[in-house]
Amino acid sequence: MFDKTLAELAQGLKAGEFSSVELTQAYLNRIKAEDSKYNSFITVTEEQALAQAKTADEAIAAGTAGAFTGLPFAHKDIFCTQGVRTSCASKMLDNFISPYNATVVEKFNAAGGVMLGKTNMDEFAMGSSNESSFYGVAKNPWDTECVPGGSSGGSAAAVAAQLAPAATGTDTGGSIRQPAALCGITGLKPTYGRVSRFGMIAFASSLDQGGPMTKTAEDAAMMLNVMAGFDKNDSTSVDREVPDYTADLNKPLDGLTIGLPKEFFMDDLDSEIAERTQAAIKEFEKLGATVKEVSLPNTALSIPAYYIIAPAEASSNLSRFDGVRYGYRCENPVDLEDLYKRSRGEGFGAEVKRRIMIGAYALSEGFYDAYYNKAQQIRRLIRDDYAKVLSEVDVIMGPTTPHPAFKIGEKTSDPVAMYMEDIFTISLNLAGLPGMSVPCGTVNGLPTGLQIIGDYFAEQKLLNVAHQFQLATDWHTQSPQGI
Amino acid sequence: MSLDRSDVDKIAHLARLQIEEQDTPEYAQNLSNILDLVDQMQAVDTSDVLPMAHPLDAVQRLRSDEVTEANNREALQAVAPQVEKGLFQVPKVIE
Repeated sequence: MFDKTLAELAQGLKAGEFSSVELTQAYLNRIKAEDSKYNSFITVTEEQALAQAKTADEAIAAGTAGAFTGLPFAHKDIFCTQGVRTSCASKMLDNFISPYNATVVEKFNAAGGVMLGKTNMDEFAMGSSNESSFYGVAKNPWDTECVPGGSSGGSAAAVAAQLAPAATGTDTGGSIRQPAALCGITGLKPTYGRVSRFGMIAFASSLDQGGPMTKTAEDAAMMLNVMAGFDKNDSTSVDREVPDYTADLNKPLDGLTIGLPKEFFMDDLDSEIAERTQAAIKEFEKLGATVKEVSLPNTALSIPAYYIIAPAEASSNLSRFDGVRYGYRCENPVDLEDLYKRSRGEGFGAEVKRRIMIGAYALSEGFYDAYYNKAQQIRRLIRDDYAKVLSEVDVIMGPTTPHPAFKIGEKTSDPVAMYMEDIFTISLNLAGLPGMSVPCGTVNGLPTGLQIIGDYFAEQKLLNVAHQFQLATDWHTQSPQGI
Repeated sequence: MSLDRSDVDKIAHLARLQIEEQDTPEYAQNLSNILDLVDQMQAVDTSDVLPMAHPLDAVQRLRSDEVTEANNREALQAVAPQVEKGLFQVPKVIE
């Protein structure tokens, strides 16, 4: 039963094969029994989950159920959940019981979803390995000595270990797609502005975007149907009609044009990942697609530009954690400055402090033009590269990550080496484009992901392309040994 | 770009972050490495390029100036470290 997709579970609920309470209890039992191996949850919300499941069963019995009613899933612990600790995996928010719900949380509640709990992540979503979590690293179910990726590492590990059929994630520089690739699941980062950021604790506001992490593209479409939509509480939310993301899944791919950026297949790419990616492209050719080499010449600049823009926005966003209104406060402050400095110094971990300091430096007097302004100019070059290529092809494909999952501790002493893991994912956030990662094989027993990139608001197209790939291949159905 | 300990102290003060003295050299090293990475940008000529703040070049929406939120003081202050009579308490600022 734990290998079932959301779509299959929805069928089972509808047919009365099991109730939402039974399904939810089964998952809660499994989390209790198995999660000590993976540390994928920070908080399990058993009582609330069973109450939501009971309400869902009543709706199913009354015939008022919707497509998502009664389906269990997990929220990344970055989404504010009223009455439930929302920690962002930081000591700073270890004691924070949110007084309100994120819009995404409200939407899942309204759709009848059942939240199993809150998943582990890198502290304030800053990281590519889940190692910066205050609650300890989440582990990759394919090899528990390896990282699950990050920052949505707990969500990816929970889905891969079948502790939840699906989870939410957020993606600022690859934080949905990279852990999805490293854990062998499907992840979608929507177009910037498609999913509300209200109540999603801010890291870099011009880049952050929430999205689904699932077993299949079909499930991602079901999740996005719940998550997407305009929100007046998010100043950059896009007021645009939300299509039914499941509607185009079965369209044939005849005539699809795929662009392969030569910059995504450079020398430092793991040769086996390159092979798996090429094999996946061959599948698409069999499905009627044509392939074309394209160029995104400024790809290498995406990391430098990102490591100014994201820390600059983070240093501003995280100034709200001051030890005064909520969150951690140091013991016995002697004056207000001492209260600020020690509450923040003790409440934030090392990676968060590094990024706040880089941001504060880049925004400080005399450096703004050389850093922030320059990065915003490069951001436009990167976006224009994509615009040119996407006027010639339907989708762009390449590997999601340059390497499979690495060992826990392998890159913690060298932040720059860790940053380079996001080389293929970061440019999309700078451009604001949607992208997916779908499983496309394994290297030494560890999964790898194929990244599919589309034009603004082309989520339906991406899901269609990914779904057709998953009908033709079975990489997405493979599970780690023992699961 | 290389930062020394006093640069780290200055930046930490700007960001209101307490950094323990024994950790300062490591921060100086890591931050310098990050700045070396971002300095790759300086090799690119961007003199005619407009900075991009929003991927879709969107502008801020406006709304009419009306009260839309209820007063949630109690709920919001329930998570505060120290409150008294509806006010957030901090160490004495004015003598």
